[in-house]
Amino acid sequence: MTKKIARFKKTPDAYVSTTNACKLCKPMGACLAFRGIEGCVPYLHGSQGCATYMRRYTISHFREPMDIASSSLGEKHAVYGGGPNLKKGILNVIDKYGANMVGIATTCLTETIGDDLPMLLQEFHVEMKEAEVTLPILVNVSTPSYSGTHMEGFHATVRAVADQLADQQEPPTGSLPTSFVNLLPGLVSPGDIRHLKDILADFGIASVILPDISDTLDGAPQVEYQKIPPGGTPVAHIRNMGNAAATLEFGRTHILTGDTGGQLLAERFGVPHYPLGMPIGLQECDRFFEALATASNRPIPDKHQQERGRLVDAYVDGHKYISGKKAIVYGEEDLVVAMTSFLSEIGIKPVLCASGGNSGYLQEAIATATGDILSEPPLVEDNVDFYEIADKAKSLEPDLLIGNSKGFALARQLEIPIIRVGFPIHDRFGAQRILHLGYRGTQNLFDQIVNAVIAKKQTDSPVGYSYL
Amino acid sequence: MTQSPIFQERANQIHRKGDNQPFELACNKESLAGAVSQRACVFCGSRVVLYPIADALHLVHGPVGCAVYTWDIRGALSSGPELHRLSFSTDLQERDVIFGGEEKLTRALRELIDRHQPNAAFVYSTCIVGIIGDNLETICRRMSEEKGIPVIPVQSEGFKGNKRAGYNAACRAMFRLVGTGDTSDISPHSINILGDFNLAGEIWIIRKYFERMGVQVVANITGDGRVSDLARAHGAALNVVQCSGATLDLAKMMKEDYGIPIERVSYFGVEDMAEALYRVANFFDDDPTILQRAKELVREELSILYPQLQELRKDLNGKKAAIYVGGAFKAFSLVKAFRLLGMDVVMVGSQTGTTEDYKELHEITDEGTIIVDDSNPLELSAFLTEKNVDIFVGGVKERPIAYKLGIGFCDHNHERKEALEGFVGMLNFAKEVHRTVTSPVWRFVPRNISPATLEE
Repeated sequence: MTKKIARFKKTPDAYVSTTNACKLCKPMGACLAFRGIEGCVPYLHGSQGCATYMRRYTISHFREPMDIASSSLGEKHAVYGGGPNLKKGILNVIDKYGANMVGIATTCLTETIGDDLPMLLQEFHVEMKEAEVTLPILVNVSTPSYSGTHMEGFHATVRAVADQLADQQEPPTGSLPTSFVNLLPGLVSPGDIRHLKDILADFGIASVILPDISDTLDGAPQVEYQKIPPGGTPVAHIRNMGNAAATLEFGRTHILTGDTGGQLLAERFGVPHYPLGMPIGLQECDRFFEALATASNRPIPDKHQQERGRLVDAYVDGHKYISGKKAIVYGEEDLVVAMTSFLSEIGIKPVLCASGGNSGYLQEAIATATGDILSEPPLVEDNVDFYEIADKAKSLEPDLLIGNSKGFALARQLEIPIIRVGFPIHDRFGAQRILHLGYRGTQNLFDQIVNAVIAKKQTDSPVGYSYL
Repeated sequence: MTQSPIFQERANQIHRKGDNQPFELACNKESLAGAVSQRACVFCGSRVVLYPIADALHLVHGPVGCAVYTWDIRGALSSGPELHRLSFSTDLQERDVIFGGEEKLTRALRELIDRHQPNAAFVYSTCIVGIIGDNLETICRRMSEEKGIPVIPVQSEGFKGNKRAGYNAACRAMFRLVGTGDTSDISPHSINILGDFNLAGEIWIIRKYFERMGVQVVANITGDGRVSDLARAHGAALNVVQCSGATLDLAKMMKEDYGIPIERVSYFGVEDMAEALYRVANFFDDDPTILQRAKELVREELSILYPQLQELRKDLNGKKAAIYVGGAFKAFSLVKAFRLLGMDVVMVGSQTGTTEDYKELHEITDEGTIIVDDSNPLELSAFLTEKNVDIFVGGVKERPIAYKLGIGFCDHNHERKEALEGFVGMLNFAKEVHRTVTSPVWRFVPRNISPATLEE
């Protein structure tokens, strides 16, 4: 089990109820992570609704098909156990989808009725062997929705995949050269992953990116429906992760849990582990590029030096528009940490850093990431919902909101701009292509923020200047 | 990949109309495990129905997911309070699951009722609550006594059937309110509008039609709904029920206990909309002016609508449409609406149709039409490709299936933000169909430039 210390509501007078949660449930993260593996069909062991709701939710962000299979448990299964339907469902997925891998996550229902997923799968393997049926790879992860958020489900899945598939037995084969690094980027956009791939290629670094949703959740139209969209991390590569020269892993709170995929690979196979913040903002990007320089034993390519230079130039050109502005940042913990670090270096004051996550490390991670740049630490609140964020926002008088679409109602109420980052974004177009990472992603965010502030000023102005 | 996309166990849920074969279609079954059904769950069914009651508190008792995935996703508008647009949850944690969630539910209800002063509260049960056995009934009764408002449990454990069972749970919950209000000022020419959810303000269009006819609308159930209207809904002379299943159970309960007759109608498309108005007018045949006004209304609306439809029809004539929606009743209207636009429906299906629904669909569709119950992406995509359709009508989960294949799409679900009901709705629908079918983007998709297509 995890090494986390259980945390309950911070103060005795804290709210009991949740209004407009600032998080999603654990199996959702599992589905997203499984979707980034080649030939994998995500499968929820639970009742039909979970799969359908999560499909619907994911589709609204990525605008891509998202087939999530389900055990479709009914009342009698809830009483007698979901094992038979689990097996039947997997066989149906194999039969119709031709899945190379089925990624199975539990739900609150199956966790509570006591279905022992690893044992059921063990049993299933034996039965199928007797029946001479060849099964694809079955990876399972425990994701009870009542403990943790979608981010924890995502990370648990990456870890489970590494745990159940990676080994050191075989040397790298096929498209993977003998020297490569693992990159565990966390939940970022397909656009981000494509950019990361370009950066790694520019350093001449071969990599295993887990998961890789760059194609599976942002693909082209096809003549025939793609039962499983092409792309994703090849399973053969995952099997080889124990042979990597290093693991780069993003997420400052995530790393503090002591229970990550990268840490597992380090402990089990001795793969050197480079924990990094999400590369957003100059400082976090510098750390990332330095790590790549070290890993590749090459200098930072000119192209990226120039992008960095342009970013610093933009910081200078734009600083006065935004200097001293106040922002509320919310969303997944690691994204909040990275955005806070970025804001602090461009002179925007993060007045509230909020997350529905509850790792217990948000405050510490923010303190580390913002370093000495902030004269006073921002207000940090984890385990909150949007009711609490709105409650605090009243007295904080922010100029900006930075986070996913779920903050729109608050932004509208406060009449301030919102910069949409992260997941989910379902009230704007192009969420799957938003670039958050690297100097280029930071540039993208910086331009957006400056322009949002300018637009607000222009709209509010009684004069309506056309030069600003 | 020449393998059939149809699961053997689902073969009897798919029918191709032809050769006067006797028609039989299996339906109302549990979804097949692993088949990626487009269906949701019992909770979803009850949430859809009750959601638009805007002055009630809707508290989802369970882990955070169920509440968060249904937060403000619908297009149900309110003319007043907007409590329904917030997402309330008890966000059950591990310790609640172990020790029971009753205490947390009680405290959450107390907190939320004090904060929002709702006129009633609905407490939705989820999968996990069904398993851990929290006694919602008792907690709700105690809270009703404490707070002086109806606090009503909704027995909507996700696994206890499909969406249809959720409709029933919602109806049973609403029925507890019916009969508790004052009916003294209700006209003998009065109706309740059931089964309309005021998506994009549609119920306001329909109410206006009825009011123009001289018919009083007592309660909107549930679009732009109010607790007090539900409480006095038993005072209406007639229940006008739209949609195949969502609120029919409530109408049946009201018929049994209060003797209120039922008319089933649809407001989609010209024929069905006019028919709905005439049915109500004919019911009130003691006042012939109602029918007179209905006829005038229809004539007036059609004189505006038809010339515009004719114009759009020029481009749509002969194009092919596929339909996959939640309820089959909507599908009937869509078949007729497409016919009015000169288009052919080549596939039609629903998540929750009944035997009677599918019989009706079989009656009204052309030879060769595929009729399907509780479908999935593999089947749907195969049917769309086989029939080479120009437009697919469905919901959010169906949209990317169409788009990935390079096919036009129209959203026709609870989440849409476009009014498609009434005469004006038919025009909106026609415009939307036209906008997608005639878009130049389709000339760039592989479907239309692949060698296979060119050879045809």
